[in-house]
Amino acid sequence: MELAVENNGPSLKDESRELKIRLRRSQRRQKMKALLLVAPLFLFTLIVFITPIALMMVRSVESPEVQNAFPETSKALMQWQATELPSVDIYALMVQEIRQSWADKTLSQAAQRINYEDPGFRSLLTRTARQLSRGSAPKTAAEAKALLIKTNAQWGELPTWQVIKNTAPAYTSYYLLTSLDLQKNAQGDIVAAPEDQGIYVNIFLRTLWIAFVVTMICLVLGFPLAHLLANAPSKYANLLMIGVLLPFWTSLLVRTSAWVVVLQKNGLINGLLESIGLINEPLILLFNRPGVYIGLVHILLPFMVLSLYSVMKSIPGTYMRAALSLGAHPVVAFFKVYVPQTLPGVAAGFLLCFIMSIGYYITPALIGSPQDQMISYFIAYYTNNVINWGMASALGAILLLASTLLFVLYARLSNRNQIKMG
Amino acid sequence: MNYRKFFVTALAAGTALAMQSAQARPLTVVGWGGAAQEVQNKVYFQPFEQQTDSKMSQDSYSGGLAKVKAMVDSKTVTWDVVTVEDPELLRGCETGLFEPIDWKIVGAEDQFIEGATSECGVGSYVWSTALAYNTDTLKVGPKNWADFWNVQKFPGKRGLRKGVKSNLEFALMADGVAPTEVYKVLSTPEGVDRAFRKLDELKPHIQWWEAGAQPPEWLASGDVVMTSAYNGRITAANKEGKHFQVVWSGQVYSVDSFAVVKGSPNKKQAMQFIGFASQPDNQKNYPIEIPYGPTHKAAVEKVPAKVAKDLPTHPDNLKTALREDTMFWLDYQDELTQRFNAWVAR
Amino acid sequence: MAFQPYHTKTDRLAHYLYWGVGLGVLLFLILPILVVIPLSFSSDSFLSYPMPGWSLRWYEEVLTSEQWTSALKNSLLIGSAATLLATILGTLAAIGLNYADFKGKNLMLSLMISPMVVPLVISALGLYFFFAEMGLNASFLGLVLAHAILGAPFVLITVNATLQGFDRNLMRAASSLGANPWISFWKVVLPLILPGVISGGLFAFATSFDEVVVALFVAGPEQRTLPRQMFDGIRENITPAILAVSTLLTLFALALLSTLEWLRRRNERLQGR
Repeated sequence: MELAVENNGPSLKDESRELKIRLRRSQRRQKMKALLLVAPLFLFTLIVFITPIALMMVRSVESPEVQNAFPETSKALMQWQATELPSVDIYALMVQEIRQSWADKTLSQAAQRINYEDPGFRSLLTRTARQLSRGSAPKTAAEAKALLIKTNAQWGELPTWQVIKNTAPAYTSYYLLTSLDLQKNAQGDIVAAPEDQGIYVNIFLRTLWIAFVVTMICLVLGFPLAHLLANAPSKYANLLMIGVLLPFWTSLLVRTSAWVVVLQKNGLINGLLESIGLINEPLILLFNRPGVYIGLVHILLPFMVLSLYSVMKSIPGTYMRAALSLGAHPVVAFFKVYVPQTLPGVAAGFLLCFIMSIGYYITPALIGSPQDQMISYFIAYYTNNVINWGMASALGAILLLASTLLFVLYARLSNRNQIKMG
Repeated sequence: MNYRKFFVTALAAGTALAMQSAQARPLTVVGWGGAAQEVQNKVYFQPFEQQTDSKMSQDSYSGGLAKVKAMVDSKTVTWDVVTVEDPELLRGCETGLFEPIDWKIVGAEDQFIEGATSECGVGSYVWSTALAYNTDTLKVGPKNWADFWNVQKFPGKRGLRKGVKSNLEFALMADGVAPTEVYKVLSTPEGVDRAFRKLDELKPHIQWWEAGAQPPEWLASGDVVMTSAYNGRITAANKEGKHFQVVWSGQVYSVDSFAVVKGSPNKKQAMQFIGFASQPDNQKNYPIEIPYGPTHKAAVEKVPAKVAKDLPTHPDNLKTALREDTMFWLDYQDELTQRFNAWVAR
Repeated sequence: MAFQPYHTKTDRLAHYLYWGVGLGVLLFLILPILVVIPLSFSSDSFLSYPMPGWSLRWYEEVLTSEQWTSALKNSLLIGSAATLLATILGTLAAIGLNYADFKGKNLMLSLMISPMVVPLVISALGLYFFFAEMGLNASFLGLVLAHAILGAPFVLITVNATLQGFDRNLMRAASSLGANPWISFWKVVLPLILPGVISGGLFAFATSFDEVVVALFVAGPEQRTLPRQMFDGIRENITPAILAVSTLLTLFALALLSTLEWLRRRNERLQGR
């Protein structure tokens, strides 16, 4: 709002300044009002959701277990050069702290933590601890070293100590790196993980791809149905609406089971096709990617339809009629006049379906093959089955980051198309 | 961790309230839900309520330790006795999520079959993952895991659980490794390679299941010709008129236990309940409803012969059985799961 | 939609195609739900055809078991309360976001829709720890708050979308005609964005009505919801009882919606339209 005021007389200048101030004041009032309207949900989300989730996410870089169990040894090992075996003093510290942490029950968590980076370390450490706590404490440092190596020869090898040194700091990049199929080599450089361990980047891409395909299918199928709902005479439209709403009353579990009944090898579709002689061999429609698409589209389609519908319902028919009366071909008018007005609905439906299909892992788990599992499946696995919350948080954080980046990109794109998302 | 402390103090007001409600609650027992918990209710919970003239509360979950850990970490323990699988039991015990068993209250530590008791848990029943097929579709069925791998003789899809556990064991047994040698072989990198190579052979013929309900469904619908399955569900299906057959050769069995959540306010009562649920006269009623084997030696003998033949613990069924080595899996589950997922995606 | 004489053949074809595609998609939505209904009358516990025989055992189980009926009651109660909260907060926020431009708007928006993005297991854990401090675990209030948080983004997004086409001049007109903001909201804004509000509310309700992960953590035995009851025992068995429940709910929804539709039509007739 630039007003050209330079060459005007003083009185006009004052007036315009006053106008500016008043404009600014009213803008500020509007802003305050807007903020007041947003505040309840924003604060609610911030307190009840963002804070606790942020505290969970911190776990993706925390690594307190080894220091808790072996405080002195950790300190000493962080000074140690890691080029040759540690000094006998470190051995003595280690023996003492293994015994102590075994008694305090802090050893197991450290053992589990180190086991993530070096499988088998858990049993090495617990076996050692069990043996050490049976005997009496060694008297000298040299004796401690001999004792430790006697319980297991691995204590006389350099890599054993290097991995403890690596896991000793209070913060770690291990979980985040693993989530991106990266790891640190012995020199501390970040390198790609071996082929049989690097799986997550693929799973992230797969997750996004499945979500994208599902969303596109929803859009293509949902658009005509939403249009029909919004424009059919109300005596039909309401009946149709009942159909769209029915799935909401039907549990996800029921709908997934229903697709199994319909699509399985000896299911209804194959039975039908076989009985009318179209096929001889049953088609494989389930436990593969198409099956997952069908199941997910079925769950998410109502979300797309209703998002489109609520926008289409508020589009006045006048523009379209105007275009037609001005002689536009119906198809041209539809794409040039009608479709642009539905874009906010398309954007909302796209966003909803995309984000939701990233999160729906139960359906792919039940009707997909292992190649169709999505990232949430693995997050649930790490959270619940093996309680590796560091890994779960790291995968969650990366998923969140990727989604946010996509959202920003999406907001840019939709802004350019003048569908502001806010 | 200052930020967490700050957060905690800032919100401490509500805590007093939570503590109050936590103390007065009845003994809460937690099972797998569904039919399995109904049986527990009939065989253990209700009789215990009658005997002690107390009221219990029940909850259910579908396994895993996340909620237990959340309870212990936040010191809001609302579960007392939890039914847990072996790996969760040992993992939880090591990391201090479960109370050590008070054998003075539970009693008779030496009366259990081998491997059924540990520091924090008392085994309740033995269950098994075994080969199963539908005799309606396969007149001559497979005899062992080598037959399971034989796609020339038995064409068709096979069901296996989505995941690495048990499947590596099956693969090695199919490759001719004796059950007693399986974990020795698996502990070497060559052994793991060998198991994955064997799985490679079968990969195009596998249909992976996720929930225990799926394999019997697939056998019934004919989607798979044979599958690994939880033995209990197979016998239950036969009670409903199906004609499924369990092949006990090379079964992998494990124990589900009762454990007490760390910091439970009803610890003593919880131990009493576990003691009650371990008595042979109570345990022997469980297999009659669901064919999982009892863990108390005396209960094993008290089970009617007709029921006993379908139990994983029947001497005939144990001949070539493999006890799942939970310690092995605690060490290698993360690594092998990653490898399994990389393998599956190839 | 009667055909006028000036409609050409292509017009008619296009018209049939249009209805055909729409109805086809609708069939895709409802057919799978309908074809499994007979299985709820199965005499055995398998979810596949052919059925060995007919029985009402699953209906008996659902209707006579206190677990199922209380689960349904809890779900309806928690779902409605969470939906109400989510709809009010979400609608207000969407209006606020479209009312004026201010700094950090996109950031606020993305934070407010983050409950949709964070994987449910992580949300569940985070909420559990938070509620543990507040003494809200195993309480109705806790589950309502949790589900409201999960449902609000849906309302925010759908209402926001309907507001895009909203002509702000209408509000100016209303206020210049002397309506206070409250009246202009009820009389002008709300009727226009109502489809978005209702859709968002439906999404929020559906989320709560079909959510099992957060409920597993936050709810105690007293707050057991319908989806939890359905997933109960899934380790061992998926029973046709879940089909019986969904059949009953479908019938209930059909009856409810048909009654509404019948009332609407009667109303129209009485008004002589």
